[in-house]
Amino acid sequence: MAGETIASSGAKAEMLRRIRAATGRTAGADAAEVQAEWAGLARGYRRAGSRISEAVLELLEDRLRDYDAHVVRTGAGDVAAMVAKMLAERGKRRLVVPEGLAAEWLPEGFEFVVDRGMAATELDGFDGVMTGSTVAIAETGTVVLQGVAGQGRRAVTLVPDYHLCVVRVEDVVETVPEAMARLEATSGLPTTFFSGPSATADIEMTRIKGVHGPRFLDVIVAG
Amino acid sequence: MSGALDPRTAPEFPIAAKAMLGDAQLRKNVRHATEVIQAKRARVVGEMPDWQALREAGRQIRSHTMENLDYYLEEFERNCTRAGGVVHWARDAEEARRIIVRLVKESGSDEVIKIKSMTTEEIQLNPALEAAGIHPYETDLAELIIQLGEDQPSHIVVPALHKNRQQIREIFQRKMGLAELGERPQDLADAARMFLREKFLRVKTGVSGANFLIAETGGVCIIESEGNGRMCLTLPETLIAVAGIDKVLPRFQDLEVMLQLVPRSATGERMNPYNSIWTGVDRTHVPESGHGAPASVGDGPRVFHVVLMDNARTEILADEEARQTLNCVRCGACQNACPVYRQTGGHAYGSVYAGPIGAILTPQLQEMHHAQSLPYASSLCGACYEVCPVKINIPEVLIHLRNKVVEQKGMSAEALAMKMMGMIFLSERRFRAAQRLGRMAELPLVRKDGQGVGWISWLPGMLGGWTQVRDLQEMPKETFRDWWEKRGNDGR
Repeated sequence: MAGETIASSGAKAEMLRRIRAATGRTAGADAAEVQAEWAGLARGYRRAGSRISEAVLELLEDRLRDYDAHVVRTGAGDVAAMVAKMLAERGKRRLVVPEGLAAEWLPEGFEFVVDRGMAATELDGFDGVMTGSTVAIAETGTVVLQGVAGQGRRAVTLVPDYHLCVVRVEDVVETVPEAMARLEATSGLPTTFFSGPSATADIEMTRIKGVHGPRFLDVIVAG
Repeated sequence: MSGALDPRTAPEFPIAAKAMLGDAQLRKNVRHATEVIQAKRARVVGEMPDWQALREAGRQIRSHTMENLDYYLEEFERNCTRAGGVVHWARDAEEARRIIVRLVKESGSDEVIKIKSMTTEEIQLNPALEAAGIHPYETDLAELIIQLGEDQPSHIVVPALHKNRQQIREIFQRKMGLAELGERPQDLADAARMFLREKFLRVKTGVSGANFLIAETGGVCIIESEGNGRMCLTLPETLIAVAGIDKVLPRFQDLEVMLQLVPRSATGERMNPYNSIWTGVDRTHVPESGHGAPASVGDGPRVFHVVLMDNARTEILADEEARQTLNCVRCGACQNACPVYRQTGGHAYGSVYAGPIGAILTPQLQEMHHAQSLPYASSLCGACYEVCPVKINIPEVLIHLRNKVVEQKGMSAEALAMKMMGMIFLSERRFRAAQRLGRMAELPLVRKDGQGVGWISWLPGMLGGWTQVRDLQEMPKETFRDWWEKRGNDGR
């Protein structure tokens, strides 16, 4: 092990030496200089949206439907009723949920099992998973999940074949830069962007829904 | 197609291309796929009012990164290590393979699940794993088709685009033992889901590439479609990511540019189905650091390695005119747009990096010792430059590399012929003599057509390149100069 470490540090030293020789830098970089240069890079693209909030929500719904997701709107107080309706339509009874998911979102008459570190094979046995979300991007039809209460571990939203996701209207932004700005403070958390159900276009460039991730996605936009 | 795509042993492009041009099925498949992606790309790029500003930002971010590569790599290493990752440095493909094989063995597994990674294709990782008694399972649908079909990738983003549904069905029937398999794409995707599900849930070690390494946070970003990437990143106990040193990105915020440019350029989608960003390892297994680490209880691998690989990238960095090659984000848009690639497909390039980007990247990764024919595999039409999301001026680099190849080869027959032509053009007497000589020399080659016009359909030696695809009209009996002089000085 010690031998390997020395070899690896030798590789590092040589690669850094090659890079500095190639870029004409004599020694280590001056951090302030590099940061100033980064701050000066041209960013002439849109950093914020231009639509009114209702139009942003419509855009999100439209873009998600374009990916074959099923999207509905409901009032902030009516989430549980909507969840019951959608689960009944899909014929789903037993769902896994992450710790910390809002209790008022869960209707009676269904089984919600809280994940406390289940094995993947166990997750595979559920009808689906239900979560909240951190932020949603209207322009690209994207929902972002992070490793926090109500959104849970990445495996939980991956292994089951059906995902029901609640997006609060206050978490919807129009553009990608607005979303990244909101994620900045928690960028160290495990983060998953999903845009529609799992899909592939590897066979003759035909988009096919569902390979390994959830094949069915329902989104409730609440508020 | 059998045997790895190895630029060191591959035939020259014109020879390989000629063979591919004879494969009508392959050309049909490639044409269909590239046309579909191009149309989708054009549609979603067209709806972005700030596309050119995004491209310029992408170019500036990538160029700035390359100019400060040592700084950002060390920053990434520090932050990744702090989050519980282990960073390794590999000078070349051999060193990278050795490190990865050792890490897989240390993980206690004799099989790995793999996310599609062009870097692992570049270093021919799978044969090295197999030689060490480790079985790699490719989990991307296209890579699975390639692996089961004992084939080679022909495109950066859609590696099996040269295969149609019937061909894929035949491979799956044979290798998965599914006699009753249908040929709808949905049937084939379902078969892949069934085949791989058990492996995702069982195999304890994953190998991935990386789309971006974020220096500021030590995080890694992977862009994908199917969810196989998420499976490989999330379920195993050990994850090993191998990345070229060019994959580093200064800050988390820079993703706001890349996540707009790459999906639209690569697959013509506003956003690809899944992006994953993770930093280091599952916190519950890290000894208490006292930093107040955020809670991500039991989420993801306990052991995470990143292998940073040079493999001639620093050689490219040292060439100021070609350095922009490293800005590539592997979206494949240039391949879909290229009139040469669209005719030949990817295998003719003799490298896992085909098309325009392959024509500049491959010979440079070989330090210009192999694949010298690739910079000529282009008509310099510029379509690749126009679609490149980070504005790599591929035609400019192609010409630069052609210059390098010529310098390397010294005085060739072609250069000698050009020098002689120069001598002839310098003197009127020599020029006229050459014209007379030409009229005599062509006599035995000329055949008259119905209108009495003479045509040459075969020329000897190097000149034969011209008559391979077109006939040449015979030289006129009288030159312009002769005619002008015959008119006399009064102009009648």
